[in-house]
Amino acid sequence: MSSLSPLLRKAALTLLGWSVGLTLAFPILWTALVSFRSEADALGAPAAVLAAPFTLESYAAITAGTRFTAPFVNSVLIAGGATALALLVALPAAWALALFPGPRTKALLMTILGTRMMPAVGVLVPVYLLFRDLGLLDSRAGLIVVVMLTNLPVAIWMLYGHLREIPGEIFEAARMDGAGPGAELRHVIAPLAAPGIAATALLCLILGWNEAFWTLNLSAAKAAPLSAFIAAQASPEGLFHARLCAAAMLASLPVLGLGWIGQRALVRGLTFGAVK
Amino acid sequence: MPPPPASRRTARLMLAPALGMLAGWMLVPLAMTLWFSLQRYTLITSGAQGFAGLENYRYFITDPAFAPSLGNTLALVLGVLALTLPGGLGIALVLAQPFWGRGVVRALVLAPFFIMPSVSALVWKTMLLHPMSGLLAHLARSLGLQPFDFLSQAPLATLIALLAWQWVPFVALILLTALQSLDPAQIEAARLDGAGPAARLRHLILPHLGRAIAVAVLIQTIFLLSTFAEILVTTNGGPGTASTTLTYLVYIQSLLQFDPGTGAAGGILAVLLANAVAIFLMRLIGRALER
Repeated sequence: MSSLSPLLRKAALTLLGWSVGLTLAFPILWTALVSFRSEADALGAPAAVLAAPFTLESYAAITAGTRFTAPFVNSVLIAGGATALALLVALPAAWALALFPGPRTKALLMTILGTRMMPAVGVLVPVYLLFRDLGLLDSRAGLIVVVMLTNLPVAIWMLYGHLREIPGEIFEAARMDGAGPGAELRHVIAPLAAPGIAATALLCLILGWNEAFWTLNLSAAKAAPLSAFIAAQASPEGLFHARLCAAAMLASLPVLGLGWIGQRALVRGLTFGAVK
Repeated sequence: MPPPPASRRTARLMLAPALGMLAGWMLVPLAMTLWFSLQRYTLITSGAQGFAGLENYRYFITDPAFAPSLGNTLALVLGVLALTLPGGLGIALVLAQPFWGRGVVRALVLAPFFIMPSVSALVWKTMLLHPMSGLLAHLARSLGLQPFDFLSQAPLATLIALLAWQWVPFVALILLTALQSLDPAQIEAARLDGAGPAARLRHLILPHLGRAIAVAVLIQTIFLLSTFAEILVTTNGGPGTASTTLTYLVYIQSLLQFDPGTGAAGGILAVLLANAVAIFLMRLIGRALER
């Protein structure tokens, strides 16, 4: 190792790093490429697909009707609505846990975490039957609630971790100045916690957008978000290659973007603070 | 200064909605699952037909699909871990070194983790693995080989590969985050003391990564036990029961065979299995909380 000159070493690492990165991303890069080909060209051999002319016709085709745009809108509403609701409920809870720690705080946090560790399939039967009896099957409202509930433990833990890092003296100073809990939340916590809230929102959006157990089991044609719509394309009546790839790209791009911004939030959130 | 009692009351009030919702979300359905698992119940007759004792559990366990599904679940989790841990460690070690274009490579490496499960599964199934029009079939034919039908000839191994591809970025990201908290001066000191790359990895880097590796193993296990969309899209659990996992079997029993009683019994077994893993994870996380 030490016999290698630094420049040579860096060149070797560059080669290695890029080969690993391109190999791992290959299925996505190939999907992106095929999405810019015509349906006829997309069926050719790989070399022919590569050489075929660039076109946006697949994107034009899938965004023309409501077949793809309706599930896209559903995804936006479900992931967005669930995130907003989760923050609304989680923020006060995390605030209470972080700033008024008591003897039971840790036990409460672990119980909250425990609800996230529960496999969804363990409650599939009653949730399905409850949804059926309440008329919530295939409704966006029902999915918003379920996705919100699956994200709630993650949101509370992430916000708790961020709020706990705010030095306590700041709150004491605010309290000495006579700020009530409401004013404290608005004028002291919210600005200081904004980055943590943003990171939490980001992670909830990613998880909500990709959620595929409840969306597949509780939705049909009307409320199906992209995760359910795309899964339905596995049937022989599904979309052809080029359009399928265009749909896959449009379904993935929002989360690829959010994910790239939120890498650190992801590690913290998904490991519940055990790795920072 | 201890918070005034009024604030304490407000704090409890602010905690109540979240705790109430989570309790309602988990405890009520879980209690219902337990109840259904002890009842004779079908979706068709739409109502409980009386106490069944442990009959549903007996049905679920003696179902010919049960033993294979348990084996498949284990093989799936262990197989994915066997691929993602060394793979993720290797990638993290490379990404921790400076090289040209590292930011772009990081984005490329992370991408598979962010793609939604149904998209990953469908892209693999139709674009890569399809025995007629898939990329690998084209490749095989151009080499004069017979295309291999991955999803029907080796469904479980293919599913493991797909899941490992999705999860390896997560392991890499966690280990990279942990690596960055390792003091570079320590590595430099070890190097000057004559420790080669292998010795540095074994005696310095791996011990430092211990907890991050444990967390990566446990979190992956918990998520992998619940794998659903990938199976639904690629193999539907088949051929036969070749790629049916415990989670998937519960889904089949509950919603496809309209047998909520047996499905609920399977659900309870799945919860017990997941909890056996979750206990270790919660202990690790609880310890991190106290630091």
